[in-house]
Amino acid sequence: MSKKKDDKRIIFVSETEMPPVAMSLGSMLYNKTGAWRNIKPVIDLSRCLKCGICWKFCPDTSIDIVEEWPQINYDFCKGCGICAEECPEKCIVMVEEEK
Amino acid sequence: MSKERKMTITLPREELMSSGHLACQGCGATLAMRYALKALGQKTILCIPACCWSVIDGPFPHSSLDVPIYHCAFETAASSASGVRAGLDMVGDKETTVMAWAGDGGTFDIGIQALSGAAERNEDFIYACYDNEAYMNTGIQRSSATPLGAWTTTTPVKHYKKERKKDIIGIMAAHDIPYIATASIAYPEDMIKKFKKAKDIHGTRFIHIYAPCPTGWKSRPDDTVKLARLAVQTGYFPLYEIEEGEKRTLNLRIKERKPITDYLKLQGRFRHLKQDEIDLIQAEVDNNYQKILKKCGL
Ligand SMILES: Cc1ncc(C[n+]2csc(CCOP(=O)(O)OP(=O)(O)O)c2C)c(N)n1
Ligand code: SF4
Ligand code: SF4
Ligand code: SF4
Ligand SMILES: [Mg+2]
Repeated sequence: MSKKKDDKRIIFVSETEMPPVAMSLGSMLYNKTGAWRNIKPVIDLSRCLKCGICWKFCPDTSIDIVEEWPQINYDFCKGCGICAEECPEKCIVMVEEEK
Repeated sequence: MSKERKMTITLPREELMSSGHLACQGCGATLAMRYALKALGQKTILCIPACCWSVIDGPFPHSSLDVPIYHCAFETAASSASGVRAGLDMVGDKETTVMAWAGDGGTFDIGIQALSGAAERNEDFIYACYDNEAYMNTGIQRSSATPLGAWTTTTPVKHYKKERKKDIIGIMAAHDIPYIATASIAYPEDMIKKFKKAKDIHGTRFIHIYAPCPTGWKSRPDDTVKLARLAVQTGYFPLYEIEEGEKRTLNLRIKERKPITDYLKLQGRFRHLKQDEIDLIQAEVDNNYQKILKKCGL
């Protein structure tokens, strides 16, 4: 449904390429915020209740529902830890990121 | 858990806010926007004055939101929204929702004359204020929404804020607008219900959203939702609505309110407080909560 889910960064080489009115032409998906992360959430799916709470509270919309399971998108997850804190089953652990 | 069982989804699935945005880790304001747009849908135009959200969205020509945004001057959220609404009306567009989306500084302080003017004219838009209790975008300066006792960069520990938080709901209620509500990012179902309700009402609708800010509150990013929940459970930020200027409803009655220290101790901005100061804040919270109960006829 969204027209601009492209993850390309838009750069204008000259001002003639600029749209006549200030309007958004691209999404922020080029900005892989996963690089900001120091600790990362890991879900133990064997204990997951499928309650959807982690999906609900992710401020970076980086938990997807894939075939009825929660799946973290590490390209964008900033490692805030809210999902791990809110998970009622405590089956998400935050582990040190290896860089 | 069985393979076949479906995920429990209690919010609309459509995401109009994408990943890749520029908010800090664990930003409450971001959750607020995510839920508001889930409720309002894509036929929405936002007017965003200078605030964290003008940065979070991303640099031109990119945007993390799938709705048009008019970035306006700091003090003009309500007057810009009035203009956008008038423009839509002129071209006969009745279905698009206009929403002014401002921080507490842009609402309680600098934007209040534009807001009061628009509310007096009963302009047809939703005004949402996400309240992180200071001017965060410019480096945590005090606003009139900053609570009593808090540290900010302009109210340093030795001179922490001595004044109370401004009663913005009281001010808006005095304008007799058709809909006023408080909402919290810890209760997204309630918040979405309120935005949906507001969408179907005409006239000025005001929604005050409590949105913790780990950067400005010196709290842990993973405590954002917990803090918002504690604010409700302690009675510091009750969830209620005022319809047609009269009907007041408390949406969540807390039988046993938690002590305010549970909420304060998770935030570095209150670390300097001594017991007698905490007692003062507790008395303040009790007093406000009783007032709201009484107004709701409870
Ligand atoms: C007229 C004017 N004065 C000052 C500023 C600088 N300024 C930009 S954002 C901001 C603070 C906004 O605070 P708030 O509305 O609470 O939003 P937050 O950043 O906390 O989300 C200030 C002071 C400005 N842009 N315009
Ligand atoms: S750690 Fe934060 S950003 Fe990452 S998936 Fe969990 S809630 Fe989302
Ligand atoms: S919050 Fe925990 S139990 Fe619930 S869906 Fe997410 S991982 Fe599973
Ligand atoms: S400073 Fe606070 S409100 Fe602003 S983006 Fe960071 S966490 Fe969010
Ligand atoms: Mg603010």
